[in-house]
Amino acid sequence: MLHNVWFLLIAFFWIGYFVLEGFDFGLGILLPFLGRTDKERRALINAIGPIWDGNEVWVLVAGGATFAAFPHWYATLFSGFYLALFLILVALILRGVAFEYHSKRDSARWRAGWDWAIFIGSALPALLWGVAFANIVAGVPIDQNKEFTGDLFTLLNPYGLLGGVVTLTLFITHGAAYIALKTEGELRARANRLLVFVGLVAAAAAVVFLGWTQASKFVPGSAVVSVAAALALVGALAANRLRHEGWAFIGTAATIGLAVVALFLNLYPNVMPSSTNAAYNLTISNASSTDYTLTIMTVVAVIFTPLVLLYQGWTYWVFRKRVTADRIPDVAAPSAPAGPAAASSN
Amino acid sequence: MNALDLARWQFGVTTVYHFLFVPLTISLVFIVAGFQTAWFRTDNPKYLKLTRFFGELFLINFAMGVVTGIVQEFQFGMNWSDYSRFVGDIFGAPLAIEGLLAFFLESTFLGMWIFGWDKLPKRVHLASIWIVAIGTLLSAFFILAANAWMQEPVGSIVNSTAGRAELKDFGAVLTNPTVIWAFPHVIAGCFMTGGAFVLGVSAWRLLRRPAEDGAPFRTAAKVGAVALLVAGLFIVVTGDQLGQHIAVDQPMKLAAAEDLQTTQSSAPFSVIHAVGLQRQGDRLDQDPERAFHPGHARPQRPRFRASTTCKPSTPAQYGPGDYSPIVPVTFWSFRLMIGAGSLAALAALWFLWRMRRGRVPGRGAVAIALVLPFLPLAANSFAWIFTEMGRQPWIVYGLQLTSSGVSPNVSSLEVAITMVVFTLLYGGLAVVEVGLLAKRIRAPLPAADAGGADSDQPAAFAY
Ligand code: HDD
Ligand code: HEM
Ligand code: HEM
Repeated sequence: MLHNVWFLLIAFFWIGYFVLEGFDFGLGILLPFLGRTDKERRALINAIGPIWDGNEVWVLVAGGATFAAFPHWYATLFSGFYLALFLILVALILRGVAFEYHSKRDSARWRAGWDWAIFIGSALPALLWGVAFANIVAGVPIDQNKEFTGDLFTLLNPYGLLGGVVTLTLFITHGAAYIALKTEGELRARANRLLVFVGLVAAAAAVVFLGWTQASKFVPGSAVVSVAAALALVGALAANRLRHEGWAFIGTAATIGLAVVALFLNLYPNVMPSSTNAAYNLTISNASSTDYTLTIMTVVAVIFTPLVLLYQGWTYWVFRKRVTADRIPDVAAPSAPAGPAAASSN
Repeated sequence: MNALDLARWQFGVTTVYHFLFVPLTISLVFIVAGFQTAWFRTDNPKYLKLTRFFGELFLINFAMGVVTGIVQEFQFGMNWSDYSRFVGDIFGAPLAIEGLLAFFLESTFLGMWIFGWDKLPKRVHLASIWIVAIGTLLSAFFILAANAWMQEPVGSIVNSTAGRAELKDFGAVLTNPTVIWAFPHVIAGCFMTGGAFVLGVSAWRLLRRPAEDGAPFRTAAKVGAVALLVAGLFIVVTGDQLGQHIAVDQPMKLAAAEDLQTTQSSAPFSVIHAVGLQRQGDRLDQDPERAFHPGHARPQRPRFRASTTCKPSTPAQYGPGDYSPIVPVTFWSFRLMIGAGSLAALAALWFLWRMRRGRVPGRGAVAIALVLPFLPLAANSFAWIFTEMGRQPWIVYGLQLTSSGVSPNVSSLEVAITMVVFTLLYGGLAVVEVGLLAKRIRAPLPAADAGGADSDQPAAFAY
């Protein structure tokens, strides 16, 4: 019973991660292309400035919760997908530092370097998380000791790579929707135009991928949710045509969330099926912690997850205004905590 | 080198590196929050300048703490998968709770603080930095509770059928005697680091730029010196308790630290511990099983005796083998921890004396100011090397050997690749970070009225 709750909760943390960090990744990938001037690029970065770190924590909690609730899943996955995860880590390190240090020196070369670090640091995880998830769902070689027996190239199969293309293009679409919603002027117009184009590519890739998933293992619930995900994406594109930017963003968010739900429904009750022998599958019961641990974790999660949602939601509310390039000051201010409201003290 | 050695080096290097930033984060956030509170209370622009000056340094450091922490979260599964399978039922919970309670708070409210200067009411903005500060303490507590369980596995039993340790009493894990002393001890170590940093930077500014900004940096230098000194006293008290405790719980470690097999150490601080060890040691000899904590379900495991040879007295109980840590490393890291920390505390006293009643220390103090911040940083690193190496050869003390914890399916080539790339990346980032800190430390103090944002500006621009 509690295994099921934790399967749900872990799906929930991954949904939170992909929906929230998805647009951060998308924005990072679009940064060098949509932002044509230095100020435009800085406006873009500032559009996610207050929130990207909070978004990233979702993956830390997803990872930590997997460790606590399904230690074998955590162990097999992270040691098995070793180099892929390592690349993701390097990317996340580069990206995090790049956001923070980007405007700490007044030098065009310095900033251009960090712009590219943000691009690579966003594109690599956007692609690799999809590859990883596709492989989890499809199954990888796992032996009777619950150990992964493949290597990096085991993961680079057509289905896995297609999964990567899906997350990559979906996140770019989601990022474009976010930029359209959060900026003004030229940036907003460019994002709106781009969204149509990447949105169609993402829709094509996602339909093939989710169809393929159902073809290899048909799960009715998962199929229904897949269709809903596709409809949400169509809805997002339509809303974008009608310039309902809020709805377009909700639509891309729903697409990502529903796609993750479809994958988890397809996975259940396994957490990592074995392609070597179905008897070696890691399942929610043979990979999980004791009921005592799960009970404690459930109490903590039930109390604190809603709280987190509340205060993170509040941040989004506080920073709801659009960002524009003309309001970006010339030089990076010598002091980062961007000055308090007009010197009430002096 | 085989995969095990590489994985150990990788863990040591990445964790020590992470812990260079952690102590500064934990202490600077409190110091910055303190300055901002002073500004809030007094409206004196001096405090606003200090808030922004040290806030900036804090943020540069914080970024590195965050990105190096991500590696830590996943490293257990990547390099130590058999360890993760063995401990997940116990160790995973505090780790997950740390994320849910602490990291969300820290990251969300820090975003509010950086970008919220002109968006939030002053009071709420001030509250957000205090919430970040509380978040860092929560984070420290839960991760230390996890680490303490590896040092002293309380509240659990080993289920040999399932091949893992299982949680029986989460309360016991959170009130592990090791974490009860290690937590205040580590936090004191953090405040020594931040105090030394603020003192060093401010003293340097006072001496090198006496014309500008005298008053604010004078205040800051005193704040730093007092923090360093008070934390320095606190660390001795808590450290002594910790020492008393490990004399009972991990006698091998303390025996190695005191190098009981060869010489009586000449250093005076050894005397304190030698006395403590003697006392506990006597009791151990009478009743080696005495130290089990009532109420903590834990496997009945034999205790090492703090024998003068540093060898386990009952190898039969674990099978043949050598269960002692590497003595020179343990011995010297212990002394370097105490030595570097004590020097820093002395320097604080010296600065306070030289700055009494409006005086300014002589130019010779510049060198001391420059070296000062590195002393507690070094002490922290040596301390962890002592704690972790002294636990060897166990990864979970008495329950799992380090060699049984490593991922069996990760090749030495793979670990070597990640090791090299992390080292290069971390090295490069260290250069960038130190360069940025140096640049900001030399920059003029921010004007107290900069920013001048009219209230309908779309957002504050920190990046
Ligand atoms: C005594 C305190 C302490 C110790 C022993 C550790 N950390 Fe740490 N860690 C912190 C105190 C801290 C912190 C002060 O709370 C940081 C620094 C910057 C930050 O965001 O929080 C942090 C950051 C930080 C982050 C990034 C959080 C974010 O993105 O906001 C992660 C994932 C970890 N840590 C994980 C670990 C793991 C798995 C450790 C064990 C090997 C570890 N830390 C040791
Ligand atoms: C942040 C401060 C810490 C530092 C500086 C530190 C330092 C070290 C060092 C130097 C080693 C290498 C020991 C060796 O090679 O024999 C090590 C090993 C290890 N430590 Fe820590 N440690 C810290 C905290 C932690 C915490 C909080 C945990 C658990 C949550 C932990 C878990 C481990 C593990 C799993 C190993 C690998 C096994 C081993 O080689 O001993 N450490 N640590
Ligand atoms: C007289 C002074 C000190 C004494 C008696 C002392 C004692 C100890 C002892 C016995 C341990 C080992 C605990 C264990 O193995 O579980 C320890 C660990 C540690 N010490 Fe100290 N120490 C002193 C000074 C310092 C200083 C100056 C710093 C840093 C500024 C510092 C930072 C640490 C840290 C970070 C650890 C590892 C944390 C842990 O134990 O879990 N200590 N100390």
